[in-house]
Amino acid sequence: MYKMAAIGDRASVYGFAALGLDTYFVTAADEAKKLMRRLADGDYAVIYITEQLAELIKDELADLSEAQLPAVIPIPGVYGNTGMGMRAVNESVIKAVGSDIV
Amino acid sequence: MPSTQVNPTRMELTRLKRKLVTARRGHKLLKDKRDELMRRFLELVKENKELRKKVEKGIAEANKNFALAEAVMSGEAVKTALLAPKQSVSVEASSKNVMSVNVPVFDYKTRTADRSDIFSYGFASTSADLDAAVSSLAEVFPDMLRLAEVEKSCALMAAEIEKTRRRVNALEHVMIPDYMEKIHYISMKLDENERSTQIRLLKVKDMMIQKNFEAKHKNDA
Repeated sequence: MYKMAAIGDRASVYGFAALGLDTYFVTAADEAKKLMRRLADGDYAVIYITEQLAELIKDELADLSEAQLPAVIPIPGVYGNTGMGMRAVNESVIKAVGSDIV
Repeated sequence: MPSTQVNPTRMELTRLKRKLVTARRGHKLLKDKRDELMRRFLELVKENKELRKKVEKGIAEANKNFALAEAVMSGEAVKTALLAPKQSVSVEASSKNVMSVNVPVFDYKTRTADRSDIFSYGFASTSADLDAAVSSLAEVFPDMLRLAEVEKSCALMAAEIEKTRRRVNALEHVMIPDYMEKIHYISMKLDENERSTQIRLLKVKDMMIQKNFEAKHKNDA
């Protein structure tokens, strides 16, 4: 059995607590890195992270993208949509196809 | 010229020919794998994009509702209301094999039987906006989980496609031409050897005939 988590600034993720996700409030990059490592080693299958925070710890997330679990999914926070999540999808298309075709 | 020195022997030739056959078969299989992976990947990516759009819109909507709730109630009250969650989700993660890529499949379970049992507070002291906010978030949640599944699958498949494509290209443009060149080189060399042996034999035969002839001449004389 795996758990789910949402991490990011307080305002963006506190609502997920109501759905039963574990919420962690982080804004600093090094703190987020530590937390990410801890969660990845723990029994989390899905981790939602705000796009702002994901931008800060890009390298860590790239390391995790090869592993089967956990799935780290960027979501827009309260400060708006940075388009990073969509960009990540496009990047995987470029990686697979060689150019952005869809 | 072959890149590395090969022994022009018959044994080497057979060995290389066998290798070429294997390389060709591997190339074909990998190419098929790449094409099929690509087909599935493109389907998945399309779904991924749609889901992401939907989820991003849903979350933005929920955030708006939360902001509204916080405007009506005090921020502290909202936080206290959500402090002790009633519900908890656990995810069952199994994996599905798509063309030898293990992609995750998520299935979530809630602690209480009723999935919509999400309001962790009494309704008396909170505003209706908070209810709306929480339920709007709950609405996008299944899509969010599906998004996690699809997006992870896409990332894994993209990595596998990249790897497979490299292998296909390496076989097609390096290994197979290299083998063919080596085989060509060896068979040429062997043919050449054969011809020179033949010529040597002819020469020797000529010399023997000549000798015989001269010996006979001397006897006659």
